[in-house]
Amino acid sequence: MTFSPQLEARFDKLLKSYPPGRQRSAMIPMLMYAQDELGSVTDELVDEVARRVGVTPLQVNEVLSYYSMLHRKPLGKYHVQVCTNISCLLCDGDKLWEHACKKLGIGHKEVTADGQISLEEVECMGACSWAPAIQVNYDFEHFVTPEKLDQILDGLRKKA
Amino acid sequence: MPDLVKLTIDGKAVQAAPGTLVIDAAKMAGIEIPAFCYYEGLTLQAACRMCLVEVEKMPKMMTACTLPVAEGMVVRTETPQVAQARKYTLEFLLTNHPLDCPVCDKGGECELQDMVFRYGAGESRYTEEKVHTPEKQFSPVVFFDAPRCILCFRCVRICNEGMGVGALGVIYRGVLSEIAPNHGDHLECDECGACIDICPVGALTSGIYRYQTRPWEMQHVGAICTHCGDGCKTTLGVRNNRIIRGNNRDHSGINGEFLCIKGRYAFDFYDHPERLQAPLVRKNGKLEEVSWSEALDTVANRFNQIRADGGTFGVIGSNHTTNEENFYLRKFAREVLATPHIDHHRTGDVTALVDALSGKTGRMATVADLYNRKAVLVLGADLAREHPLLSFQIRANYRHHQAHVYAVTPGPVREDKYAVASVRVASGGYFAALEDLRARLKAEPELVIVFDDSFKGPDVHRLVEFGESLGIPVRYICLVDYSNSRGALDMGLVPGEGGMRLDEMLAADLSALWVVGANPFKGTPGVPGSVARKARFLVVQDLFLTETAEQADVVLPAASAYEKSGTVTNTTGEVQRLKRAINTMGAKPDLEIMGFIARQMGAAGALGPWVPETVFAEIRRTVHGYDIPLPEIDTGGAAPTTPVNGRVTEAGGPRPDLIRSDHNGLFASGTLGRYSKVLNSVLEGRLDR
Amino acid sequence: MLYNEPSPLETRVLSFRFGLPNSATLDTYLATRGYEAFRKAAGMKPEEIIEQVKISNLRGRGGAGFPTGMKWSFVPRTSPKPKYIVVNADESEPGTCKDRVLMENDPHQLIEGCLIAGLAVDAHAGYIYIRGEYRYLIEVMDKAIAEAYEKGWLGKNIQGTGFDFDLYTHSGAGAYECGEESALLESLEGKRGIPRIRPPFPAVVGAFQCPTVLNNVETYCAVPAILRDGGAAFAALGVPKAGGTKMTCLTGHVNKPGVYELRLGFPVKQMIEEVGGGIRQGRKLKAFIPGGSSCPVLTAKEVEGATMDYDSMAQRKSMLGSGGVIIMDEETCMVKAALRIMRFYAHESCGWCIPCREGTTWLRKILTRFHAGGGTRSDIDLIGDLSRNMLGRTFCPLGDAAAMPTLSIVEKFRGEFEDHLNGKPCPFERAGEMVTA
Repeated sequence: MTFSPQLEARFDKLLKSYPPGRQRSAMIPMLMYAQDELGSVTDELVDEVARRVGVTPLQVNEVLSYYSMLHRKPLGKYHVQVCTNISCLLCDGDKLWEHACKKLGIGHKEVTADGQISLEEVECMGACSWAPAIQVNYDFEHFVTPEKLDQILDGLRKKA
Repeated sequence: MPDLVKLTIDGKAVQAAPGTLVIDAAKMAGIEIPAFCYYEGLTLQAACRMCLVEVEKMPKMMTACTLPVAEGMVVRTETPQVAQARKYTLEFLLTNHPLDCPVCDKGGECELQDMVFRYGAGESRYTEEKVHTPEKQFSPVVFFDAPRCILCFRCVRICNEGMGVGALGVIYRGVLSEIAPNHGDHLECDECGACIDICPVGALTSGIYRYQTRPWEMQHVGAICTHCGDGCKTTLGVRNNRIIRGNNRDHSGINGEFLCIKGRYAFDFYDHPERLQAPLVRKNGKLEEVSWSEALDTVANRFNQIRADGGTFGVIGSNHTTNEENFYLRKFAREVLATPHIDHHRTGDVTALVDALSGKTGRMATVADLYNRKAVLVLGADLAREHPLLSFQIRANYRHHQAHVYAVTPGPVREDKYAVASVRVASGGYFAALEDLRARLKAEPELVIVFDDSFKGPDVHRLVEFGESLGIPVRYICLVDYSNSRGALDMGLVPGEGGMRLDEMLAADLSALWVVGANPFKGTPGVPGSVARKARFLVVQDLFLTETAEQADVVLPAASAYEKSGTVTNTTGEVQRLKRAINTMGAKPDLEIMGFIARQMGAAGALGPWVPETVFAEIRRTVHGYDIPLPEIDTGGAAPTTPVNGRVTEAGGPRPDLIRSDHNGLFASGTLGRYSKVLNSVLEGRLDR
Repeated sequence: MLYNEPSPLETRVLSFRFGLPNSATLDTYLATRGYEAFRKAAGMKPEEIIEQVKISNLRGRGGAGFPTGMKWSFVPRTSPKPKYIVVNADESEPGTCKDRVLMENDPHQLIEGCLIAGLAVDAHAGYIYIRGEYRYLIEVMDKAIAEAYEKGWLGKNIQGTGFDFDLYTHSGAGAYECGEESALLESLEGKRGIPRIRPPFPAVVGAFQCPTVLNNVETYCAVPAILRDGGAAFAALGVPKAGGTKMTCLTGHVNKPGVYELRLGFPVKQMIEEVGGGIRQGRKLKAFIPGGSSCPVLTAKEVEGATMDYDSMAQRKSMLGSGGVIIMDEETCMVKAALRIMRFYAHESCGWCIPCREGTTWLRKILTRFHAGGGTRSDIDLIGDLSRNMLGRTFCPLGDAAAMPTLSIVEKFRGEFEDHLNGKPCPFERAGEMVTA
């Protein structure tokens, strides 16, 4: 399986970051970065990562299915994650979530028909003091009002 | 020996070796601390929380399965707090566990049922919806019902640690956590079914056994697996003269908790549709079903005629028939048929080993030695495929005692994963490889050397010389293929003075050839087509119409190992008892068939009664090393035999070229394996043959 | 970048560089006494470093509050095995967002903290385990680490001291449980985030089966100040048994939510009223969570006179926790709060042990039904009973973390549960209405 030169370089660096014989440590970061490039964790990727870190594909599956940020199904090009955990909830994060669903016509872990935007109701993302917060891919947006969300989503649609 | 640690459990003074876990110390004192995830010999989990106990001076309850004993420790296992914790844990477990006990295979022998009965609440307060997911079939023999799973991870550990396979894992997390097979939706593994046996509930069930019966409707008969030479005990669950399942849940026998696919499932050849039900006699060139009396008369009359005419008999015995049958057959051949032409398919050169060890005692290793000795050297064999119990023992020895394992084999083997040295050799390269290892082996405190048919004749002598030159205690195991290969040799199914060997008999113009439980006309592996018979009269005793039986004049349907009593001797020379599990219609045990032939010939008096116990008594009296303690084997144990301690010569000199192992993998078992539905159903069998 | 205005009431020891131009760069760091502590520590004996940390009364800032100096002293320095420094930057405790600003605004402070810990326990490699959601912080840290290597603050023979140290970032992938130290180590080794059986503790058997110092980001970030100005000075900032300041995240219904560095022992009332600008819309305080959603909830009455430190909160049967203060006003539905908290723990339970795995899900189901008006009176007792029977019985603290807030809510706000009975709609529901932030 081939990846971009940047990702290959990252893999090389990762595999050298751990003590000898501990290449398995690189598995989770490798999956994260590869997912960013491929859009999801494919069966082929599982086999490839297993091979590179020296474990069985089952061992990779056990690990990746544990972590909530690793996805077997492709997400939208823009993955919009709305936090509804307690601090965001107190600032109406739940209503923001409902608003996002209504606006996009999709639900939890669903993707818009054009494949551009996906939605996920997520747990605390570490933006509690600037709630309610969302993340678009890895970018944080703080103090998100329904109006601000509309603008963000409209902006994503234009970019897409 | 280190001083014992003194502690108190439920007011009882208990002493235990340092490092003993409280749960085991309690067990020794007769106090049961319940647990699901704790399983002796496997890694610790502390996951099920059933074993929480109160310990003085500790603020929280502790898991007895991870807590080592300490001097002066005071443990309480039956306090109201402990009882309440157990009750709640069980209530938690039952929230999503379906209460389909009436149709669950495990019902009646389910640890969760037993625990709820003893420690659980009378009613559940759980009123929410249960999450149901459909049952999954991981393989023809392994089914998985996720809602029943209590996530004790025993299956994952036995597969990974015990079997060295790692075919089961845990995916997802939290309440969605689920046991998963290694190939997405299916398993590719040894198909040993150890995961099913170890499952405390009915989450993993057997494709063969499921929905067949209730456990209490079966009788449980301890038999010895009739496939490879390791001699595993398999407890057959029998109902209405049918074998419903095989397992070893009571961990008795030399194999403890171990069984491979053959021991657990491959009893199923017994009711194969092609199983012979009636004797066959060739009439006008075709084999026709006849009555037993007609068939026996045909054989007896012909045998007597040949005797009277001074004709030549050849006799070929079996690797699967009991010691009693082999003994009786030899006696029949030598005393009644007066022929030295008797042999069997030899699969390992035990004779050369015994000869090479002449004058030395206590040098034959047992199955237990592979678990207890500090170092093991494996030569040639891919043990995990061909002798899975021995491989299991060595693996357990490594896990529990950090045994040093050396693997010198032609190809990669499972032992490589934990071997201190793995060496790949081409045939002929063994002794060079051994010389390279000499210094390391010399440094071991003791050694068990396991070798297969890569070593024969002079090579066995050379190997023993090498072993003896190490200056450390060395024991040996010569691998042989089948359930009673070793016994066939011990009972003397070998040519007498001037006698022909098996291959010579096939080619010779014999007046009669009598084949008991063997298929010599199948031809050599890899060479298509069977060998044509030369003998003028061919009598075959077998379960199936084999390539040999097809050419016979008389075919006598024989009982399988599970349909008769007797003893067998495994590859390490340990004798175990077979108990008849089921009766057969049509077929008869080989001993009985031979007895009837003798009777019809008027020769029975010379041979004595064809009763297994009587024959075995004679074996104990007359066969060297078989004077074994009866209580040992009568209680389901294995008794090691002591081979002749002196030079052993073969009539006509050694013929190592005639010794060849079939090297059956996990999914093959000679002729018998061809008639097992299970062995032929699993995917791996097709990949691995 | 700062996401909220600083408060004049802050005591800025760890955050004093926040807001400086290019605060994350090595130049700014060096210009503001950066790496001074490392130079000092490099000239000290390891036990002297640990002694200063002990004197400082620094306690673990991740939530458990274990004395840091003592933790470091458990590492067998003479062990032939390599030792490791591991940074817990898996900040996931709901209500907590302080490590984010520490790394974003002053990454070199964390690097220096790691170096000093390395000197103290003879470790020569460190890993910063950063939660997957903080991808941009991995980039911030990687940049700072690269700069440090370039200028000789990491790598071989650092600044001629003869001390070697390598530092790496490591991405998580979304799992609250990996904030538990032994689960973090499993995850660092490329495994499922399942906690380990303890003992042995990480100080003895940690990363890669080797002795390991594992602390929270904020804990390491406090170390340079301690070594620079002395442990006693740091201790003096706090209260008798807990030194220094605490990065405190004000969240929920306050007018000026934000991350503020407050000395330990800061009065709660002043924190809410003055630092946080009071409760929104002039409402009254109903409930208060001192340090992340795992802590038992306190009522307005209970926090009267309370101060933000370990003892004051322990006296009130809660915990200082991670510094994630959650403030709930009188319009908050406590059943809904309990439900949301339990939903989180059920989602994050690793599934290893029965009471946590099954208990959190059962409680989530009851609370969901209850909040929707399907509750019965016996459910109220059941919620408390199940919580009590998870407490102290699970494999790791996550079970306690789920049980404690739930139990405190059902005990202290029973009336609100009763108000939801008999199919009544949630009395606090303001359908469609959204308070502007």
